[in-house]
Amino acid sequence: MAVERFPIEASHILMFARAIGDENPAYTDAASDAAKALGGVIAPPTFTMSATQFDPAAMLRPKLDEPWFGSGATPSGAEIARTGALHAEQHFEYFRPVLAGEVLTLTERAGTTWTKMSKSGGSLVFDERFHDYCSAETGDVVVTARFVSVIPIPAPSSEA
Amino acid sequence: MTIELQVGDSRTETVLENISRTRIVMYAGASGDYNPLHSDEIYVTQVAGYPTVFAHGMLSMGATGKVLTDWVGAGKLKRFGVRFVNQVWPGDDLVVTATVDALHDEDGRPVADFTVTTLNQHGKPVVTGTATAFLD
Repeated sequence: MAVERFPIEASHILMFARAIGDENPAYTDAASDAAKALGGVIAPPTFTMSATQFDPAAMLRPKLDEPWFGSGATPSGAEIARTGALHAEQHFEYFRPVLAGEVLTLTERAGTTWTKMSKSGGSLVFDERFHDYCSAETGDVVVTARFVSVIPIPAPSSEA
Repeated sequence: MTIELQVGDSRTETVLENISRTRIVMYAGASGDYNPLHSDEIYVTQVAGYPTVFAHGMLSMGATGKVLTDWVGAGKLKRFGVRFVNQVWPGDDLVVTATVDALHDEDGRPVADFTVTTLNQHGKPVVTGTATAFLD
């Protein structure tokens, strides 16, 4: 995932804050004392995940010119690799708050992959990625993240 | 003003109650993660093989963070990391406990290390993690 321009917008932050159930005035009200003390509305700690809205190639958003793997006329409209992947871990490091009105960039670096046995005798295939969110204006790192996904693979059937 | 904390101080808050499918859709719309596992009952039951839709891990992590930021203030986190250890289903509550593990200085500023655990209404952990926050 790479994003050249991730505009941090107050209305987007408001929608995100409502969704996670945290309507802290620092996130939702530019006129509040909390926001004023921080130099404006800031983003909640997990908001940078929504950079995917600005990734032209995002796999998990329906696009006009591509089949979608969710239901429509049929229960699934397409086979897409990795659709069984689940989010296993997420880690953030913050260098300063993310402010409404600024623009960030996102670059991704591959991490390692590893496999573990699952409790049911299948395997769990983990995949790690590093995400750097930087100021588009200065290039300074604002947030870094480590994203770990897992694909559960069932145990082979004894009859197979 | 520095926040005064002691190792072992703890806070528990129910951050979400009876999570609705509509809240999961709100999170999909805000975050841009439109994976049908989280909103498409037909796909998730007939193709993916789950009993119903389930919440994004990041919805639970976002809600979990509220306990930390309500305590130390918005914009004070230095690090925040979690593992998603069980799925969160429609109807679930999220009960978050944050506990002060250690107090020290970082970059010449006072910080606290926290452990965070989010349980569902059955007492089963769904999110476990750690965080570090500036106290000044």
